[in-house]
Amino acid sequence: MDMQVTFLDRLFDSGLLIDTGVEGLYARSGTFEDVITGFERLIDKFSGETGAEVIRFPPGMNRSYFEGSGYMKNFPQLAGTVHCFCGDDLAHADLIQCMAAGEDWTGGQKASDIVLTPAACYPLYPIVAKRGNLQAGGGLFNIQSYCFRHEPSMDPARMQLFRMREFVRMGKPEDVMAFRQEWMEKGKELMAQVALPVDIDVANDPFFGRAGRLMKNNQRDQNLKFELLIPITSVSKPTACMSFNYHQDHFGKTWDLKTVDGETAHTACVGFGLERIALALFHHHGLDPKLWPQQVRDALFG
Amino acid sequence: MKDKIRELLGKLGGLPVAVDTLADGADLYAAGLSSFASVQLMLGIEDAFDIEFPDHLLNRKSFASIDAIAETVSAIVEGREAA
Repeated sequence: MDMQVTFLDRLFDSGLLIDTGVEGLYARSGTFEDVITGFERLIDKFSGETGAEVIRFPPGMNRSYFEGSGYMKNFPQLAGTVHCFCGDDLAHADLIQCMAAGEDWTGGQKASDIVLTPAACYPLYPIVAKRGNLQAGGGLFNIQSYCFRHEPSMDPARMQLFRMREFVRMGKPEDVMAFRQEWMEKGKELMAQVALPVDIDVANDPFFGRAGRLMKNNQRDQNLKFELLIPITSVSKPTACMSFNYHQDHFGKTWDLKTVDGETAHTACVGFGLERIALALFHHHGLDPKLWPQQVRDALFG
Repeated sequence: MKDKIRELLGKLGGLPVAVDTLADGADLYAAGLSSFASVQLMLGIEDAFDIEFPDHLLNRKSFASIDAIAETVSAIVEGREAA
């Protein structure tokens, strides 16, 4: 914990991250953003001409899609909803009075049609399903979104608002599994280009509650999730900087997503935690990118 | 007990086949039991038998077949009676 505070303090002191007074909610400096931009460019360069459809999402998604995704069944503790004032003059007067008195003013806020996106690919599946059956060969998407997870922490690698870059594959089970397998190798190669030490291990999502324990064990037993881990704030507990997820037909069934033959599509995604990767680079190569090893600079900024 | 388990499986398992067609030893995952349905089944069984699955039994194996569920439930019930 001391080490986490220290790294976060150093990030604040150097100006790379700027404190907002809320744990896990930080502003980023130009230098920090340059690293993220450089790494995203490296992902594109490294993956080459994949023909993936590029989509960039805003940080919020359609609430009805969120509800349909089943996210609240599994991760209610992490979700963030957007609530807004929808009252009249009288309600407004009450609101201002509450705020002035330092009382809770949020009770009258009403849920809007927007929910903060919990993972970059959640808004993708219903959008693609609405287009009709996938084309022959399935689908491949290159997506990015700011994501929200309500888990305040002093660990700079556990932000509440962060960017997730993903490749998402949809199609036949064998194609989708091959895609994930291929990326588990590629992920290691990619991180080697920026001289980061990695380990890949089986993992589980943070399913909620006792029912979640069964979900976690099921996920691990079936090798549905792997993570690429890099030590950032702890050597014994390295941070997941990439994940490789096979959803089987979960999203296919949820959204009635079909292959060209009308079979329920299987899906997999490969995610990059962009802030975590930037933090790993700052931790391993120092807080000033101008002083990073030439190989790393060439890969990111060349 | 197995009749009750069958009844709950039919109600909560979301299986594409009729429960009657499954033998007690049949692999429920192969029959189409999803992770999420297994959670619903787990909660239904806890309610019906007034038990709580300990963490170490909350795994895929415990729900692999009607036999496996019956064994797990018996073990929990016996454990409680012994305690």
